[in-house]
Amino acid sequence: MNPRFRQRFLRNRAGLFGLGVVLLILGMALLAPWLAPKDPSQQFFDGLTLEGKPLPPGGQFLLGTDTLGRDLLSRLIWGARASMLVGLVANGAAVLIGMLVGASAGYFGGWIGGLLMRFTDVMMAFPALLLAIALAAILKPSLWIVALVIALVNWVQVARVIYAQTLTLAQKEYVEAARALGAGNRRILLRHLLPHLFPTLVVYGSLGLSTTVLLEAALSFLGVGVQPPTPSWGGIINESQSYFTDAPWLVAFPGLAILVTSLAFNLLGDALREALDPTLR
Amino acid sequence: MMAYLAQRVLQSLGVLWAVTVITFALLYLLPADPARLVAGRSATPEVVERVRHELGLDRPILQRYLGYLGGVLQGDLGRSYLQKIQVSELLASRLVPTLELTLAGVLFELLLGIPAGILAALRRGGWLDQGIMLLSFAGVAAPQFALGLLLLYVLAYKLALFPLGGYGGWEHLVLPALALGLAGGGWYARIMRSSMLEVLSQDYVRTARAKGLAGPVVVYKHALRNALLPIVAMIGTDLGTFMGGVVVVESVFGWPGIGQLTWQAIQTVDIPVILGAVTFTALFIVLANLLADLVYPLLDPRVQYR
Repeated sequence: MNPRFRQRFLRNRAGLFGLGVVLLILGMALLAPWLAPKDPSQQFFDGLTLEGKPLPPGGQFLLGTDTLGRDLLSRLIWGARASMLVGLVANGAAVLIGMLVGASAGYFGGWIGGLLMRFTDVMMAFPALLLAIALAAILKPSLWIVALVIALVNWVQVARVIYAQTLTLAQKEYVEAARALGAGNRRILLRHLLPHLFPTLVVYGSLGLSTTVLLEAALSFLGVGVQPPTPSWGGIINESQSYFTDAPWLVAFPGLAILVTSLAFNLLGDALREALDPTLR
Repeated sequence: MMAYLAQRVLQSLGVLWAVTVITFALLYLLPADPARLVAGRSATPEVVERVRHELGLDRPILQRYLGYLGGVLQGDLGRSYLQKIQVSELLASRLVPTLELTLAGVLFELLLGIPAGILAALRRGGWLDQGIMLLSFAGVAAPQFALGLLLLYVLAYKLALFPLGGYGGWEHLVLPALALGLAGGGWYARIMRSSMLEVLSQDYVRTARAKGLAGPVVVYKHALRNALLPIVAMIGTDLGTFMGGVVVVESVFGWPGIGQLTWQAIQTVDIPVILGAVTFTALFIVLANLLADLVYPLLDPRVQYR
């Protein structure tokens, strides 16, 4: 890693905060079975008031209970799993597809490049969220379908950026030099271009996760994302939507979890971008 | 200019055509059987087949697509499977609420984002700048449905300043528009800030300052005009996207816009309505972008039509 990069990144307090929160949430997702104080799907007898309403935060249930008398804190901790799993798979796939399409279109140019650019034009005019919702709803939602749908919607942005970068990189002298020395396309792409594209991929990996987390939450909120009984932050809000005047904490805490996660990836991605290219503001 | 316009219009038509192809293919190749859904759960196979024939679903997909495309070109988006009325009528009935929410949402984005962005740029590096930037990051990262529900809880339920959702006068419009504006305003503030910083470092601004012009005159008369340019493109995109309906916000506030119509159609797999809504939205996105491209050179003489 470039020491200047590390220096610039370490100076960015917002970015460090983002990194810290990201690590915290990843840890929470990984260690959910050990961190959660209670079983997230157990409906506790003493988890509801005498009138059958959810318990407010405090006491035995730290953040209160949901409408079925389940421990909200435990469900939030397990919810990090769904969010991170979908986020990492969906965004990983989007970055991978975007990189493959963008780099090959930029490097080979010609009709492949033209076709890609036309296709991204079309995708830009596509009401992406509508399409994602329709696909997720019709395809019988599951964790993997949600990730797939999000990846299908999100790769275009990456492809566009990588395409533009590859286009300029491919003109550089060292690429010509490598070709003169007898390197094949494969070698040039992997050994000479990919390392230069890597920073962009890292930035998009992080920034993309912030939108992916939001998209998964929105799909789960509408009921076409992660399905119950698997706890997900959007799903918790969906289940308690009609009780929100009685139990606002069932909206506030999962909402806060989504906000903080998305914000952390956003701050981290922004700090990475600034550290990698300080001329950008 | 005319050549540019003609080329952009042709390009937009191409994009729209591609959108209909992709959406049509995706929706009809998915493993959902609309005939069975329309006929109902308890329908006998014969009834399902009859419904399939009535809906024209027994014809080859290419033939159906050409029929659909022919209809679209004549302004006919087909009929809803469930409501037995024209899709264009359904869309038209949602047009006014959608237009209201779109305009109010963009208005809130601008009202929140632009002053915040200018202020942050002028106080670059200070605590005000950092505070505004953190808030704008938070706005972008906030889940709109939770934000909407919390706005409802505090401003409508606890303080009773606004109605608890639904459609009606301006007081119904404020909260859903605010939910849109808080999220989008964050983007506007960020873009406005960086655009303002860039413009303020330009030579002509330095010249204006050197001439001895007062700070506010430089900022508002010389810099702001140019700094606003990137915002124009964003307004274009937002107008287009919002006109297609904002499913999540409409669902939270019970707003009878195109987003709600589409969401109901998706739940009942009413494919003609989904198809119509997607095409309609794409049309608006393309139109709004086209408009932004055309307005841009009028605002900035350095930009040429090409």
